[in-house]
Amino acid sequence: MAELSDELEVAVWQGDRAGGAMRIYSVPQRPSQTVLDVVTWIQRNVEPGLSYRFACRVGMCGSCAMMVNGQPRWACRTHIKAALAGNHLELRPLRNLPVIKDLACDMSEFFHKWQQAEGRFYPTADRHEPVAKISPASPRRAAANKGIECINCAACYAACDVVAWNPGYLGPAALNRAWTLLNDVRDGAQKRRQRAVLQNNGCQNCHSMQGCASFCPVALNPTAAIAGLKRTALRAIRQGQV
Amino acid sequence: MMRPHHKSSLWLGFLLHRLSGLILALFLPLHFYVLGLALVDTAALDGYLILTRNPVVKFMECTLVFLLAVHLFGGLRVLALEFLPWHSRQKTLVAASSAAALFLACLFLLRAF
Repeated sequence: MAELSDELEVAVWQGDRAGGAMRIYSVPQRPSQTVLDVVTWIQRNVEPGLSYRFACRVGMCGSCAMMVNGQPRWACRTHIKAALAGNHLELRPLRNLPVIKDLACDMSEFFHKWQQAEGRFYPTADRHEPVAKISPASPRRAAANKGIECINCAACYAACDVVAWNPGYLGPAALNRAWTLLNDVRDGAQKRRQRAVLQNNGCQNCHSMQGCASFCPVALNPTAAIAGLKRTALRAIRQGQV
Repeated sequence: MMRPHHKSSLWLGFLLHRLSGLILALFLPLHFYVLGLALVDTAALDGYLILTRNPVVKFMECTLVFLLAVHLFGGLRVLALEFLPWHSRQKTLVAASSAAALFLACLFLLRAF
């Protein structure tokens, strides 16, 4: 592929939990170049020790999210032309998550919160029973369908100010997952999940700033899911279910 | 580093709502103290009422009306967001609630002079 004459000025945060600093690289600009292409170029040509995550390169695995010029984005699906500030690109590890090294974050806390929010499916039937028939048009299935495309990239978690203020807050992704399961009629642990999302660090912490919805790369709306959880919780409290 | 969504009108709507609440919480004790003077010290109350003729104070009152209205409409917006079915035009709701507050504040200013 022919290289364009322009060079990008790319600042990459490098370090670990003890601290780090920005390092500046000059990267050749190419047509249809993504942020992941830029990071890979730096690693292969200048800084072999640079750590970052990626797997699928096509926006399916959710592993390559990072802060690109201050915004949480997938590196693989972000064309640099959509993110450049002049000729400058600033890459940092995802906000609100502890760093392991360079652009790679420790996601354990993020996934642990999915479990805390009961973001797992509790089946009420086994494989020998007939497949449940659920109309895609039923209101609960329609509500669940709006949130099920989440691939756990943590872009919403990085965008959330409430997580920044209260590190214990379950966060938009875990609560969105809980909302999709709360609308799954096949699930058998709804009271347990209802209590989980109503815990001190649960859905009532959300201030509806909608940063999560603004930055979700697959255009999901965790704020709407959390609003649904709040409504359902109120109904459950009034009916004495929790 | 610029926080990711602080340029969004949705975040600015949140900030306006929060700040207006804080400022009103500071103002209200003073407001009730002045009202309470009607019972215990009418001369002192008249002193405060004369102050309200000052144009600077009128502008400050206008700001308070704006803060009160922005907090009221912002609160209604949040209630609608959380208790009614989701509406996709959230930015429009922020703009409408802020515009309504500004309209009321301007109306107050027109009547104050």
